[in-house]
Amino acid sequence: MAKYLLLKHYRGAPAAVNNVPMDQWTPSEVEAHIQYMNDFAAKLEASGEFVDGQALAPDGMWVRHDGPGKPPVTDGPFAETKDLIAGWMIIDVDSRERAIELAGELSAAPGANGEPIHEWLEVRPFLTMPPTVAD
Amino acid sequence: MDDVELRRLVPRVIGVLVRRGADFATAEDAVQEALIRAVTAWERQRPSDPEGWLITVAWRAFVDMARSESARRQREFRFDGEPTPGPVAGSGADDTLSLYFLCAHPELTPSSAVALTLRAVGGLTTRQIAQAYLVPEATMAQRISRAKRTVGRGGLDRPGDVATVMRVLYLVFNEGYTGDVDLAAEAIRLTRELSGLVDDPEVDGLLALMLLHHARRRSRNGPDGRIVPLAEQDRTRWDTGLISEGVAVLQAALGRDRLGEYQAQAAIAALHADAERFEDTDWVQIVEWYDELLRFADTPITRLNRAVAVGEADGAPAGLAALAGVDPATPRWEAVAAFLHERNGDLATAAGLYAAAARNAPNLAERDHQSRQAARLNQRLNG
Repeated sequence: MAKYLLLKHYRGAPAAVNNVPMDQWTPSEVEAHIQYMNDFAAKLEASGEFVDGQALAPDGMWVRHDGPGKPPVTDGPFAETKDLIAGWMIIDVDSRERAIELAGELSAAPGANGEPIHEWLEVRPFLTMPPTVAD
Repeated sequence: MDDVELRRLVPRVIGVLVRRGADFATAEDAVQEALIRAVTAWERQRPSDPEGWLITVAWRAFVDMARSESARRQREFRFDGEPTPGPVAGSGADDTLSLYFLCAHPELTPSSAVALTLRAVGGLTTRQIAQAYLVPEATMAQRISRAKRTVGRGGLDRPGDVATVMRVLYLVFNEGYTGDVDLAAEAIRLTRELSGLVDDPEVDGLLALMLLHHARRRSRNGPDGRIVPLAEQDRTRWDTGLISEGVAVLQAALGRDRLGEYQAQAAIAALHADAERFEDTDWVQIVEWYDELLRFADTPITRLNRAVAVGEADGAPAGLAALAGVDPATPRWEAVAAFLHERNGDLATAAGLYAAAARNAPNLAERDHQSRQAARLNQRLNG
């Protein structure tokens, strides 16, 4: 009963094994990939482990406060930013082992030549509520 | 009749339907349906026999569900009428106990057992359970229906294990409350019912443990949610009614001379509850109870908590010696080490450990608490 964030990176993760960019896949390879992702989410819903899944646009900006009465300052996007999040899935599972198992499965999504991408996914546990029995 | 009284009837009504031949999964759905109808129907007029009303409406709902299922499958339907009216045969208590066992079946994962118990025994709706565990309602619905499929094949006749039931209730209690359902209060209610159904002093030990911890709920956190350590809690805010009930339940359980881990944990909680001021705490006896607890549950967390008690009973050096035998990978190890080093006068080591405790804290309140401790010591060291 712990929530984990499975983070997919556009940039910043170590290189995948089957590291061919998606725009160079055949249309049927792209279809197969999308189908795999949809099936994966549906399977998690059916197993009662799905919490959320979202994708992010690659371009964004930096925003910060610029003093009272002034509008916030925006900047970027910075092409050199090392880490770029592509999207996430949030799961609610019984154990760390299960979170790793599911991330491994998600990483096996097919890419070029229908072979698994073996992409690196970042797995981050949520901070929880404090337990009632603490002392 | 309030919500809790209504929900108390749920396991009994499920038991009646199953004994009349309904399968567990459909019976459970039918009773939920009856509960939803009760909310509107009873607003106008409360029936004189709420349980009989629920049984009748749930049975009709079951017949409807089974009929449409049967039509869908194009096969013979064996429940084609109302049951013979009359008194319900068999013991409701046995049915309820069987339901507890079924919902905490060892084949279920902990999260499935928790969800199923809250729905079929606790009578909570899927939406309430989903809110309490911060997952989408559809996810919780799937989790519950899978759990029902896993356990439902044998009806209520499957052997149960009171130990797994207690683990499930302890999990529910420890979750506290996040939504509009107070899970700690619900766990206490279900444990209290269980204690009336089985003859096991450990169940009473668990009930006492919950009551004694729940008694301190108002003092554990500040208005902003911050953690207030035991030493600083306003003890006038402890619920004396719950404490006396917890102590009485515990004493009766201990008198039966079948000690177990929940009774030992409750005894520790009772000794804390007993002290009017933190300085009055009987740490020597608490250490003795930790030694008892280790006989039943020799876990790193128990050893870690014992090190704190040893530090209070025999001084910081003794506490640090006890800590030396605890795996540093244990959750909250740095926090305990920091506390003992500070007591021992080594502020620099303690400050570093508080910072590490903040980094590795499993929840936000704990992280904030340890960050404040680190900042407090660093200010003293630099000032």
